[in-house]
Amino acid sequence: MKVEIKKEKEVKHHLSKWIREDRWPHIWCSGCGIGIAMSSMLYAFEELNLDPKEIAIVSGIGCSGRVAGYVKVDSYHTTHGRAIPFAIGLKIAKPNMKVIVFSGDGDLISIGGNHFIHAARRNFDLICICVNNFNYGMTGGQFGPTTPHEAITTTTPYGNFEYPFNLPYLAASAGATFVARWTVLHPYYLRQSIKKALRRKGFSFIEVISPCPTGFGRPNKIGEAIDEMKYYKEKSVIKNRVDPKEAELSFRGGNIIVGEFVEIEKPSYIEILKENLEKIKEV
Amino acid sequence: MKTKILTGTHYMLGDHACAEGAIAAGCRFFAGYPITPSTEIAEWIARRLPKFGGVYIQMEDELASMAAIIGASCGGLKSMTATSGPGMSLMMENIGLAVMLEVPCVIVNVQRGAPSTGLPTLVGQGDVMQAKWGSHGDYEIVAYAPNSCQEMFDLTVEAFNTAEKYRIPVIILADEAVGHLREKVVIPDEKEIKIVEREKPDVSPEEYLPYKGDGNLVPKMALAGEGYFVHMTGLTHDERGYPDITGEAHERLVRRLIDKIQKNKEKIIKYEEIETDDAEILLVSYGITARSSLKAVQILRKEGIKAGLFRLITIWPFPYERIEELSRKVSKIIVPEINSGQIKGEVLKAIKSNLPVVGVNKLGGDLITPYEIIEKVKEK
Ligand SMILES: Cc1ncc(C[n+]2csc(CCOP(=O)(O)OP(=O)(O)O)c2C)c(N)n1
Ligand code: SF4
Repeated sequence: MKVEIKKEKEVKHHLSKWIREDRWPHIWCSGCGIGIAMSSMLYAFEELNLDPKEIAIVSGIGCSGRVAGYVKVDSYHTTHGRAIPFAIGLKIAKPNMKVIVFSGDGDLISIGGNHFIHAARRNFDLICICVNNFNYGMTGGQFGPTTPHEAITTTTPYGNFEYPFNLPYLAASAGATFVARWTVLHPYYLRQSIKKALRRKGFSFIEVISPCPTGFGRPNKIGEAIDEMKYYKEKSVIKNRVDPKEAELSFRGGNIIVGEFVEIEKPSYIEILKENLEKIKEV
Repeated sequence: MKTKILTGTHYMLGDHACAEGAIAAGCRFFAGYPITPSTEIAEWIARRLPKFGGVYIQMEDELASMAAIIGASCGGLKSMTATSGPGMSLMMENIGLAVMLEVPCVIVNVQRGAPSTGLPTLVGQGDVMQAKWGSHGDYEIVAYAPNSCQEMFDLTVEAFNTAEKYRIPVIILADEAVGHLREKVVIPDEKEIKIVEREKPDVSPEEYLPYKGDGNLVPKMALAGEGYFVHMTGLTHDERGYPDITGEAHERLVRRLIDKIQKNKEKIIKYEEIETDDAEILLVSYGITARSSLKAVQILRKEGIKAGLFRLITIWPFPYERIEELSRKVSKIIVPEINSGQIKGEVLKAIKSNLPVVGVNKLGGDLITPYEIIEKVKEK
């Protein structure tokens, strides 16, 4: 008897419209948190029913920076640290687009730190999503400005004697008008914060604590990818509206304070720019 | 009433002429960080550009400025930045990005004495090689060397057109002396200024290949927000713009980036020849130094010495072929420049004989006088 095997209908993921499927598979290690951070953003697009034409993603260099290449919107994978200024030019040219900067902690805060504080100061209309995995993943796990004190990395083999930045505090003190921190094990809240950022003007900063089992979890004996995830989840305490200065991010034993810390209204750069251009033209 | 460019005859600073040229060419975005002797460009633009609806933004540094003009150009604004030596060094990584992403933009370097902070207010021509080789890897660049305030205007317009036509960053390699010179500039009527716009895709997003160079090797450019969902990456990429980090893909891409300038160089290269027909001594010069060289030629001619001037207007691509041709008719080539001999090296590369090539070199700070050139011409 001849058995006819019916070809199964291709099942598409409901986020597939947002993904460059012809670029699959992605480069990330299994257990890496970047994919969750990315999909939280895609869910936010989907739930807000955004038109892909309205969105642009700009990334710098690093594992997190690869997001630009996987999302099916206008996307720019630029140079290490310069995603924010690139995005500033793009947003001025296309003020009606939602311009998202999606990159790593090393990219945005180390080499790009100066651009970061100035974009926050200007309250420039960008959504800045920073995947913080406490190390430089792409170059093989060196330390950076978010690496916890005493943590082991390939360039702090005796433990990091430096102290890291508290990113929400840095962003808030520089002038960011929306500041949040979540871990990738808070995908629902993360998505809500991204949605909030997409609906507002000005500089929104969202830090996403993410495991990097390859570069960070292993040398620090946190265990497997799943253990690193669990560790961040277990240590997290949601404290919305807490002063970002108090938003502790402890690595050994202490808490990881997550939540939406800052949400204030202040005229944004693009608003002020438009007003000024009108005034100047009238003169 | 619509704001207009300054059509008419003006007594103008070189830096201001450059800025006004940018506006006339359609520049509507300027990102910069102040540095002498280029600041007057930013100041002029900050005052004039908003009246045309354009944006001046003073960034936190030159790295940001260069990144911002690439971003703005991806959004469709003709964009420019202006700087001097140290700032140019900071822009180099992103100039490479503009080459790789094929994003039109204009970078003005009003050169001063260098290296390092060097001579902030004094002239230099030491960034000639940096303009060509400053970023990492193999690439071609177009660089213009204006020698007057008029050329600061005209070549800025041309720089924008070349950038748009070939989808490349174009450098204006001015120097402090032209930047700070004040002289007559004639600005034509807006309608008479030829303006080139980048070509937009004429196919649907499904058919569009953002990095497929057509006949002239220059791909058509879709802007952000047009529904083409472009992906641009500084990584080596294929015709879709997707990373393909293989040797073959790299060879194919970088070869095309080089070819789109090399194969069009006849159209890009610009120079001026004065009394070269019967010249026995050839002066090769550019920028402010070409003016001393011209004076030297005039004095020498009066003395009965057959000197001629070959003035580079584009420094890159370099006119090797024409210089080789001229070298066959002369007994000596003199290359005056305010550096230790950067273009002299290119002249040596061009010629095929043992013809003496003599540099007249100052290491910045001061102009080279016609008499210093004449002295070298007469030296046995
Ligand atoms: C100018 C420059 N310096 C250094 C590098 C090498 N580099 C590539 S990615 C990276 C760090 C990335 O770290 P991060 O931003 O935290 O991203 P992750 O890979 O951890 O997601 C470095 C130093 C580079 N590409 N460019
Ligand atoms: S190295 Fe770390 S950040 Fe990079 S993909 Fe692997 S797990 Fe993710």
